[in-house]
Amino acid sequence: MKFIFDRDTWQEIYGSIRKNKLRTVVTVIGVVWGVFVYIALSGAAKGMDNGFEKEFRDIANNSMFVWAQRTSIPYEGFKIGRAMQLRLGDAEELQRKHSEIQFIAPRNVRGVFGDPSPPVVRGLKSGNYMMFGDFPVIDRIARKKIFEGGRFLNDDDVRYERKVVVIGPRVQKELFEKDEDPIGKFVQINNIYFQVVGIYKYEQGGGFEDDGAMFIPFSTFQTMYNLGDKVAWFAIAGYDDVDIIQLEKDIKTTLKRSHKVHPDDERAFGSFNLGEQFAKIIGFSKGINLLSLVVGIGTILAGVIAIGNILLISVKERTKELGVRRALGATPAEVRGQILLESVLLTIVAGLIGIILGALVLAIINNLTANNDGFPYTNPTVPIPFVVGALFIMVILGTLIGLIPAQRAVSIRPIDALREE
Amino acid sequence: MIEIKDLHKSYKMGSNSLHVLKGINLNVEEGELVAIMGSSGSGKSTLLNIIGMLDVLDEGSYTLDGVPIKNLNEKKAAQYRNKFLGFVFQSFNLINYKTAAENVSLPLYYQGVKRKVRQEKALQYLESVGLREWATHLPSELSGGQKQRVAIARAMASEPKVLLADEPTGALDTKTSYEVMDLIQKINDEGNTILVVTHEPDIADMCKRIVHLKDGVIVEDKKVDQVRAQQYVQ
Repeated sequence: MKFIFDRDTWQEIYGSIRKNKLRTVVTVIGVVWGVFVYIALSGAAKGMDNGFEKEFRDIANNSMFVWAQRTSIPYEGFKIGRAMQLRLGDAEELQRKHSEIQFIAPRNVRGVFGDPSPPVVRGLKSGNYMMFGDFPVIDRIARKKIFEGGRFLNDDDVRYERKVVVIGPRVQKELFEKDEDPIGKFVQINNIYFQVVGIYKYEQGGGFEDDGAMFIPFSTFQTMYNLGDKVAWFAIAGYDDVDIIQLEKDIKTTLKRSHKVHPDDERAFGSFNLGEQFAKIIGFSKGINLLSLVVGIGTILAGVIAIGNILLISVKERTKELGVRRALGATPAEVRGQILLESVLLTIVAGLIGIILGALVLAIINNLTANNDGFPYTNPTVPIPFVVGALFIMVILGTLIGLIPAQRAVSIRPIDALREE
Repeated sequence: MIEIKDLHKSYKMGSNSLHVLKGINLNVEEGELVAIMGSSGSGKSTLLNIIGMLDVLDEGSYTLDGVPIKNLNEKKAAQYRNKFLGFVFQSFNLINYKTAAENVSLPLYYQGVKRKVRQEKALQYLESVGLREWATHLPSELSGGQKQRVAIARAMASEPKVLLADEPTGALDTKTSYEVMDLIQKINDEGNTILVVTHEPDIADMCKRIVHLKDGVIVEDKKVDQVRAQQYVQ
């Protein structure tokens, strides 16, 4: 151990490395490249991971939607093609029968599926915007960020059929003056005055909403359009540990039974499962992570082997020098240690340079994509354990590969090394 | 200082064996300056290598300063070389990326001497060979004679019992050869034991004793009146 911390040891190594600057540089490039590829790839993979996470952060990723369609199989006297209709009662039944459901939010909408969006008027300004009738619980499934000073819908809004609305940034822009605070102001929707209680922050992602949507209490929506207990679709979130794909099947089975639909009728109710999509994306980014790990380690390995190779040549070139050292009293252990340390030092220095370069490139990519919302790429980082692990592997590989030239150096007998040509 | 009894050494060359040393008996006292002479193939370098623990003997015994030299592993041999012996080679064998001072301090490094002491000693020995001002120069910046003087300083730095010189003047012109011999004589004057392998009679005449080898045996072993190299060096 003393050997490693001896300043003279390092001086010897520095001397022999410095002797062959070009060769050292060329050797080191192999490992630098390997580590660079490893860091850049796994950092990029992590960045993509983070990007996806950011995109879907506001949506419970264990969620699904279910809506009504038409039957495709005649059943119990009903003919084929019967239109299905979800009702509020279905929500209660589903909640009661499936304890896996954490939240269930019945929703209605105007202005999305072909029906006209309601006209909105404020003074001389007007526009048409899609409008959702919602329960506050929707906020737990697909999170709405509300700008400061406002709020989202609450239970009392629904209970008292309040005429309140949460509007999107585009609605605000088109109906209000630039420096005007819309909170507390009134807008006319379908000739009915609604008070603006909040403005949501628009973020690209799932869902039908864009930046020009409005949310009003479900009950208000019911009355406004005389819907009774009709529901367009349910947004459902399962608990975190629930298998959402199975839950999706179970929910549809329950709905089929209560709506007298043939059990094999796959068309009566439509559904979309975010959990499944998330699983695919997560699987995808896991695959990318694994790929970058394999490619990175492979490249590092190739670089380290190059170092071993060059050191082998270097030992051959230095046969005479090593012979002189042996004649002057260097023990085989000292010679072996020197070659080994050279190998490890080159590997580590190359590794550090590679890490720095990789980090630089990641930082540049991060800067370039910082303002790009559509590209799922955020904060590309390589976890410290990965970096330390990579360095650790390099030290081990450098030692192992260094053993070959070191052994070769020791096996040279000083007498052979010193023999005159 | 050196006691060699009935030393045999042969090399295997494929299927035949080459008997190089056929029973050498040699005693060297402390303070002697011995020339080992012989034509090429006479076994003089092999003898020096065995004395220098760079090679092992097949038969016979070798005692250096009362220590029997046998069954050495590489580590022990390295330590003995470092402690007992100084080497001077025909082709100098300086390490070309180290300065003169660093070259001289190398055996001290392997002795585990502290850096400061090492540097002081290195300069002191360079001074003794008259190359103090050249301490920071690389071997490539030195002349042949200067290189050999650095090599001698390096060999002496570890304060060896015996200095072994293998054709120390082989690569030098006559004038420089005499300068080097002058240095070797001066070192001998201080009481150091020196063995010089050479095939040049004038170099051998500058020693105190000439051992003549032919076909692996000592054919002549005589004391001579030393020719001082000083007279040829102005």
